[in-house]
Amino acid sequence: MPDLGTFDLGPHASFIIAAYAVTFAAVAALTLATLADDRKQRRLLAELEAQGITRRSAAKPSDIQKPTVKRSASNQDTGGKKTPA
Amino acid sequence: MTLSITSLANPTRFLSFAGKVIPWLAALVVILLGAGLYLSFFVAPPDYQQGETVRIMFIHVPAAWLGMFGYMVIALSALGTLIWRHPLADVSAKAAAPIGATFTFLALVTGSLWGKPMWGTYWVWDARLTSMLVLFLLYLGLIALWQAIEEPGRAGRAAAILALVGAINIPIIKFSVDWWNTLHQPASVFRSGGPSIDPALLTPLFVMAAAFTVLFVLLHLMAMRAEILRRRVHALQQSRVAHAALAEA
Repeated sequence: MPDLGTFDLGPHASFIIAAYAVTFAAVAALTLATLADDRKQRRLLAELEAQGITRRSAAKPSDIQKPTVKRSASNQDTGGKKTPA
Repeated sequence: MTLSITSLANPTRFLSFAGKVIPWLAALVVILLGAGLYLSFFVAPPDYQQGETVRIMFIHVPAAWLGMFGYMVIALSALGTLIWRHPLADVSAKAAAPIGATFTFLALVTGSLWGKPMWGTYWVWDARLTSMLVLFLLYLGLIALWQAIEEPGRAGRAAAILALVGAINIPIIKFSVDWWNTLHQPASVFRSGGPSIDPALLTPLFVMAAAFTVLFVLLHLMAMRAEILRRRVHALQQSRVAHAALAEA
């Protein structure tokens, strides 16, 4: 086990601690922001699906016969056409 | 289970894959970071010249590597966007930008905090430091470009072109210490003749580099998952508006 009683970072300890503190804070902020974004998108998607607006792959077969919106370049990245309820 | 890169091109399959892999990567990050921090503070000896400040190297160097690695991920993804029109290429590039920017920022800040006690200054306009600052500005430019253009397809193509132009900065960063007379030290790990760092310091450095790399992959997968969901939301919102317009007509 490390001996914390004799733990000494020398005369430049403040620089070392500051470097690790900034790194910890930045990584924690990035992780939390990514998690928050993921949750926000899941909530928005769930709200849209609750309103009956679903992707074609998630829609009922009868829904697919309804008018579909011309596929834009933006939803090409998501795979699957979008079908309004 | 047969899993290939091409099968992951399907966003739904990718989401399923990410959901399975992310918890394991998170556990691996905790283990590697724990081991790395232990080695960095309790096993690695002080450097004979730099004393205890050498411990900043264990975060500064991996952050700099990951800053450059992130940009290479973006540049490769840009090729995927422009040449192969891979469905996840732009998602990958956009997701990697804030992560790469964060690691580059950390390399700059921890480098400054290391430079002050060792060089007597937080900053000098030498080639290595300046080219790293340019890398950080390129990241900010890419993020701003994605934010400025609402339509993801157009934004992705514009960002891909900028990313490929900016990729010229990566070899400049790498070789800046050889091409110019810099205050920053020359390469001491990946160099012909092997590392010039003692194994007692090299081991913690590699463990921390492994931890940072797995952390990058973990954050990248999480960010890609969020970006795929954002595009689905965007597409469904557009669909709702278009359907409402059809109904009115």
